[in-house]
Amino acid sequence: MTWVLANLGLIAERSWSHLGLAVPAIVAAFALSVPIGWFAQRFRWSRAAVLSLAGLLYAIPSLPLFILLPTVIGTSVRDRLNVIAALTLYGVALMVRSVADALDAVGQEVVGAATALGYPAWRRFLGVELPLAGPILLAGLRVVAVSTISLVTVSALLGVSSLGMLFTDGFQRGIIAEVITGIVATVVLALAVDGLLVLGGQILMPWTRRTR
Amino acid sequence: MNYLTQAIQWITDPANAAGANGVWARMAEHFLYTVVAVAVAALVAVPLGYLVGHTRRGRGVVVVTSGAARALPTLGVLTLAGLVLGIGLAAPMLALVLLAFPSILAGAYAGVEAIDPVTVDSARGLGLSGWQVLTRVEIPLGLPLLIGGIRSAFLQVVATATLAAYVGAGGLGRFLFLGLKTQDYPQMLAASLLVVALAVAFDIAFESVEWLVRRVVPSGRREASA
Repeated sequence: MTWVLANLGLIAERSWSHLGLAVPAIVAAFALSVPIGWFAQRFRWSRAAVLSLAGLLYAIPSLPLFILLPTVIGTSVRDRLNVIAALTLYGVALMVRSVADALDAVGQEVVGAATALGYPAWRRFLGVELPLAGPILLAGLRVVAVSTISLVTVSALLGVSSLGMLFTDGFQRGIIAEVITGIVATVVLALAVDGLLVLGGQILMPWTRRTR
Repeated sequence: MNYLTQAIQWITDPANAAGANGVWARMAEHFLYTVVAVAVAALVAVPLGYLVGHTRRGRGVVVVTSGAARALPTLGVLTLAGLVLGIGLAAPMLALVLLAFPSILAGAYAGVEAIDPVTVDSARGLGLSGWQVLTRVEIPLGLPLLIGGIRSAFLQVVATATLAAYVGAGGLGRFLFLGLKTQDYPQMLAASLLVVALAVAFDIAFESVEWLVRRVVPSGRREASA
């Protein structure tokens, strides 16, 4: 506890840079997954290929990906952008399946009714399919958010600042309290973002409130 | 791309392949860590998952555990175990077993849970005892989901076993951290490629096992019976 009190500034700073890596990755993963998932769901032939590619992508271990990625996108290993890009890839790998499943769950008769009412395709997608797919999308996004926040810590091994640095620093200097603080802070951060997503879901989709 | 050719040269260089510090030895270590960690986790998680699925008691605990485990940063668990247990194999093994545990538990439990209650009830109605229902109905029908759980545990562990070298153990991570320390980018890249290759090989092996199981196990799940 004394370690925590003596290092509040450091913990706050590390948490802030942790969020600076995790949040852009989560947002980018969601923004990219919706069109990709839509494509996989809309064009049946592409579904198996897209989903197994996503599965394979998720099989790539994180530390190696942080190192491999710079050769592809031309950033340096210690670049924060490199970490965000790698985390985004993992997020997309997890999220694409959720998007396809969520769009599957929208009833065909509802889509047909919207078409019959004269909705153009893109407005039908934004106004009918996406909101109805919302609850499953949210469930997928929550998984992405929590695992991204946990995964960020690995980038500390490359020297990128996040809560993970409390692990590497604590390990090298033999401060158990620092490592425990890092674990607790990461879990708390993950749960806080998860809670915010649930809250956001209830505000954006008021019709889901009654069912829980 | 120049680094990539250098990395491939590094892998194919016979000087790096042989010996106790060679690529093959480290690859074998990495493989062994993964198999042992998943096996130890399965030894506890599978019976526990079946118990929860069969008796339908304590499912809240399973759901919360697997959810919380996702938020738990493995690097943190690993360094904490490293500080408490000291340098060596004990700390990474503990971290890897903990990492594998929730996926296997969830797979075992969900496999039993997802079986159509009508199937289980008719087995009871035919006079099968609780033990017979478990061994002849629930375990065979739950097999696909259990294998799915073991698959994701394997993938997570094979990826994370890379970190074992950070607390002084072996495995392919050795090359990675050595490269990181000496700024030897081709070596880091080579180690990364080897880990990715191992992970993809595991994934493809499991894909074939799942395909085989799908052909052998009759569908007794809810979605299939609808």
